Amino acid sequence: MSWPAITDIAASVNAGKTKAVDLVDQALKTIEDKQEYQAIIATVAERARARAAEIDTQIASGAQVGRLAGVPFIAKDNFLAFGADTTAASNILRGFDAPYQATAIEHLEAEGAICVAKANMDAFGHGTSTENSDFFTTKNPHDKTHVPGGSSGGSAAAVVLGMAPFAIGTDTGGSLRAPASYSGCVGYKPTYGLVSRSGVIAMASSTDTIGPLTKTAEDAALVLDVMAGQDELDSTTITADEQGYEITEAGSLKGKKIGVIKEYMGEGLNAEVKKQIQNALDKLKTAGAEITEVSLPSLEYSLGVYYIVIPAEISSNLSRYDGQRFGYSNPDAEDLEASYTSSRTKGFGTEAKRRIMTGAYVLSSGYYDAYYNKAQTVRTKLINEFNQAFKGVDLLAGPTMPTTAPKIGDNTKDPLAMYLEDVLTVGASLVGIPSMSIPAGEVDGLPVGLQLMAPQKADRILLSLGASAEKELQK
Amino acid sequence: MTKLSRDDVLNLAKLAKLELTEEEIEKFRTELSDILGYVEKLSEADVTGLAPTTQVTGLTNVMRADQERNYGLDQQALLKNVPRKQGNNIKVRRVL
Repeated sequence: MSWPAITDIAASVNAGKTKAVDLVDQALKTIEDKQEYQAIIATVAERARARAAEIDTQIASGAQVGRLAGVPFIAKDNFLAFGADTTAASNILRGFDAPYQATAIEHLEAEGAICVAKANMDAFGHGTSTENSDFFTTKNPHDKTHVPGGSSGGSAAAVVLGMAPFAIGTDTGGSLRAPASYSGCVGYKPTYGLVSRSGVIAMASSTDTIGPLTKTAEDAALVLDVMAGQDELDSTTITADEQGYEITEAGSLKGKKIGVIKEYMGEGLNAEVKKQIQNALDKLKTAGAEITEVSLPSLEYSLGVYYIVIPAEISSNLSRYDGQRFGYSNPDAEDLEASYTSSRTKGFGTEAKRRIMTGAYVLSSGYYDAYYNKAQTVRTKLINEFNQAFKGVDLLAGPTMPTTAPKIGDNTKDPLAMYLEDVLTVGASLVGIPSMSIPAGEVDGLPVGLQLMAPQKADRILLSLGASAEKELQK
Repeated sequence: MTKLSRDDVLNLAKLAKLELTEEEIEKFRTELSDILGYVEKLSEADVTGLAPTTQVTGLTNVMRADQERNYGLDQQALLKNVPRKQGNNIKVRRVL
């Protein structure tokens, strides 16, 4: 990862010292040089170069372009964007040409950032490794025989490989945090509703969030600040913090209470990963934080709640792919019903089909109460336990993932094995709180991530303390 | 533990508008049964007195003024991905 801090890049561009076109060229060259990692589905070269030239012209004429002036970024391929197809890494959307851009991308472009490529992902976000991409599997930047994590695997790998100063991805049950942990960068999942989901291909509407993948917490905070805010195109958005999210001064850890989640440190957590996490927590203690233990007993049910509620929402959100208005349409279908069925059957991958059918089951009459309704009620219990825990601590902490990155192919034979990787990340998603993964050591050359969580809407605090924690962990 | 029958899987496929091969029917039958078996442990959870949560923002009735708004998109932009068109209409196959 060889880019300067994002504020420094933008300042240099605004001062006319660096040309945006050179930054775009650097990004595109790195993308080409690191092709073997297969992080990228498509580049947006033409449009990126045109926008960069425009920005350089504006600056030459004396204008200031914005807080992200000339900064290249990579967008996960579930963000609608101009200049390349938007596919969500699914065959059913091959060739889809977005008629508008995601609000998050509009915000970034308004501050001068330049999208240079679309990143690989698990198709529709269904997965924790990027192995469920209908196109190809991205390789972990530290070891090509291992996965980068998912579903924002391409985005995380791109940042670690230095393709761009930042990437944007989505997190529905851990999809920003998992690849951040496995690939070794910062992954930030904001409070649900803080960033507009308009123009982002929907997976599960009650937990989908948008966030940055970066080298540092400071970079993540700036990118979040640009993307955040109420959007009339997404009625589930909340107002951003008046003070914004940019970190001007990293918050002090002295006297801050950090509650380590007991249920996240038990069996199922790899022993070597546990050592790295404990090591990281010791460093935070040395910096003055009070480390305590908290228990959230309902976390035992969180993965079960997740794999009932989320497939239900997926089955609803994927019903729009019916071959009539966009996406793959079977030209040989003879009637409407056949058109729906054959287009979906040919277009969707195996995991999408698996989740759609699971969702159909838990929502069907006779089963709705026992599964879906029950799961949403256990969700309430989880929310209450998190709220109770936060009464006594400033942050909650634990590992991001139970292991380091698995080898490619290890968890693809049994869907449940893949689902179990999400056990530590789904909790924050279900209750809507912000959570970030920061690098915290390595085991056999593969990164480990420390997960820090804060109450709903406390993103400002989380980012600020996260920046301090990051500094301590580097010592 | 719930073990799905072949008919259960075929019914789900029908609801989802998917067509499965014989091999897929059996594979999904096993996999979906395993997944449902795992999530069944939720039946142990005590949820007395609690109501379901369907959204976490706490927002209600987010309204906007009932006024025409220009989003800068034209009809052509929105229709460009339509597989079968006739003029500005989306063409679908016969229903009956």
